[in-house]
Amino acid sequence: MYEKIWESHLVADEPGQPALIYIDRHLVHEVTSPQAFSGLKAAGRKVRRPDLTFAVTDHCVPTKDRHLPLLDRVAAAQIEALERNCRETGIMLFNMQNPNQGIIHVIGPELGITQPGQTIVCGDSHTATHGAFGALAFGIGTSEIEHVLATQCLRQFKSKTMLVRVDGLLASGVTAKDIILAVIGRMGIAGGTGHAIEYAGEAIRALSMEGRMTVCNMTIEGGARTGMVAPDDTTFAYLEGRPFVPRGKDFESAVAQWKSLASDPGALFDRVLELDAAAIAPQVTWGTNPGMVADVTGSVPDPKSFRHAVEEKAAERALAYMGLEPGTRITDIPLDYVFIGSCTNSRLEDLRQAAQVAAGRKVSKTLKSALVVPGSMRVKAQAEKEGLDKIFRDAGFEWRDAGCSMCLAMNADILPSGERSASTSNRNFEGRQGKGGRTHLVSPAMAAAAAIEGHFVDIREWGL
Amino acid sequence: MQPFTKHTGIVLPVDRVNVDTDQMVPKQFLKWTTRDGYGRVLFYDWRYLEGEKPNPDFVLNQPRYEGASVLLARANFGCGSSREHVPWAILDYGFRAVIAPSFADIFYNNSFKNGLLLVTLPEAEVSELFERTAKNEGYRLTIDLESETIMDEFGLRLSFHIDPFRRECLLKGLDDIGLTLRWAERIAAYEKARCPSAVMYQPV
Repeated sequence: MYEKIWESHLVADEPGQPALIYIDRHLVHEVTSPQAFSGLKAAGRKVRRPDLTFAVTDHCVPTKDRHLPLLDRVAAAQIEALERNCRETGIMLFNMQNPNQGIIHVIGPELGITQPGQTIVCGDSHTATHGAFGALAFGIGTSEIEHVLATQCLRQFKSKTMLVRVDGLLASGVTAKDIILAVIGRMGIAGGTGHAIEYAGEAIRALSMEGRMTVCNMTIEGGARTGMVAPDDTTFAYLEGRPFVPRGKDFESAVAQWKSLASDPGALFDRVLELDAAAIAPQVTWGTNPGMVADVTGSVPDPKSFRHAVEEKAAERALAYMGLEPGTRITDIPLDYVFIGSCTNSRLEDLRQAAQVAAGRKVSKTLKSALVVPGSMRVKAQAEKEGLDKIFRDAGFEWRDAGCSMCLAMNADILPSGERSASTSNRNFEGRQGKGGRTHLVSPAMAAAAAIEGHFVDIREWGL
Repeated sequence: MQPFTKHTGIVLPVDRVNVDTDQMVPKQFLKWTTRDGYGRVLFYDWRYLEGEKPNPDFVLNQPRYEGASVLLARANFGCGSSREHVPWAILDYGFRAVIAPSFADIFYNNSFKNGLLLVTLPEAEVSELFERTAKNEGYRLTIDLESETIMDEFGLRLSFHIDPFRRECLLKGLDDIGLTLRWAERIAAYEKARCPSAVMYQPV
């Protein structure tokens, strides 16, 4: 599939040079784009295809009191810069007041901007999310953003390919998030470097589009820039009727074309990793990168149990930062904060799963805060229609507006130093959610259950 | 882009695997809209204590590494976020090159676009360089991109390989976009043949 999309987007492929590939959709947000726009302007260049470029403010935006002026003047200036750049170049922008605003990797698919077979780039490492639709989607840096703005193309070296096959079926309560955490735990955070990953197998096929997006989203945490799932009826059903998706006969012919994208039977991959879905337990990270992960039934590992001295040192340092002792049972780890949100887990299905856990229960008194941040204002509106906001509020969660929020704490939603969070986001790096903050990555259901109990629990035991 | 041909400088070792870009430029500095001034915040949380007091335990603050311009690192350097603020910060601090056993993909691309040379060496050779750096105060390396060699003042000579296209761009400081625009006709032809455009079927 990677090769099919690659081949169909080649503009130039000269020996001794990276290939020039055409970019179908360029997604832009406020944080990584201002220097690209100013570089473009300084060189006297224009945006080649504003009609293929879509922008949103998501990283810095507040998730409450949006009618008030922004207190953070630096963030306000960055948001204003994007608004100005879009105005000057004719790029469609979903700003804070727009009912379609949300995290770029949530709204792209939601509006149908993301489609199978496309090449999609964004100045954001979680761009692989869109690969869930059978698109070649990857994160780029600011220089590359400028390059795409100017030429609608990118110079790229072809990646190696890797197949991640997850067969069998997940146990009840085990989710897409647990699959991808288990995959990263197995292959390591650099295991996918230089590769384009295709996720396949019975368990991936059984996932909804939301679940597939969660899996593809965290591809970068395994070192690979792009991850994809072959489009199928689940994909087409999700897309039909979305604002940017063709209708009627055009939709039918698009589907016929999309069906041809799947890898041919017997396609060869440079590497193959196989997992049994039935053996995956709910996952909880214990360290300072997403590969430092354990089953909820397990314990914090002893650094001495690692084979290499470098890994032992890294684990020691991680435990010191996390304030954890080796051998501590995962379910005995007490929490201060819970964050349900981010481009990994903030879609309707995620919120439904969390709400199902929270319904009729109360957030533990030992918790300082429990936050639910929908991935988009559309997700928020739909969730409210379904009464999910009421379930969360009644349980003691805060219900916010859409944005990246406490995943990376660029707005006011910050995990204070020394505090411990259960988070549905994608990175547990040191200081990611706030300087000194300690992050454990989990699924939405696991985060909600942790909020209720004040510590991690094995959600499978709740029999929901 | 500033070209890179040959550089000699003091080596600063950051002896940790998987150094992610969040550590090199934390989120609060991603709100700036310029490319300048990030050197001051490089490794911010590791480098400074409360009130921006230099943390004496962190290598960047140790006098023996003052003026360092070659960063020596461990595997999977630059993993995580795509923020190009990191190569900007590394360059702005005064580094010209980074040596490690492996680099993360996005960081690798970003660095070369800014004239920051990343040298990949086998794990054992990197460990050797860490030992030599620890043993010899003011340890310096000369990196010659033309001949793809690294030398120290004690007779060590290592060779490395960079993709020829990237090497050429770096040696000459070539503007990537300018190069691509030479193919403007091919881009236009592709667009004409495939005519991809985003159509909004239902107003949003």
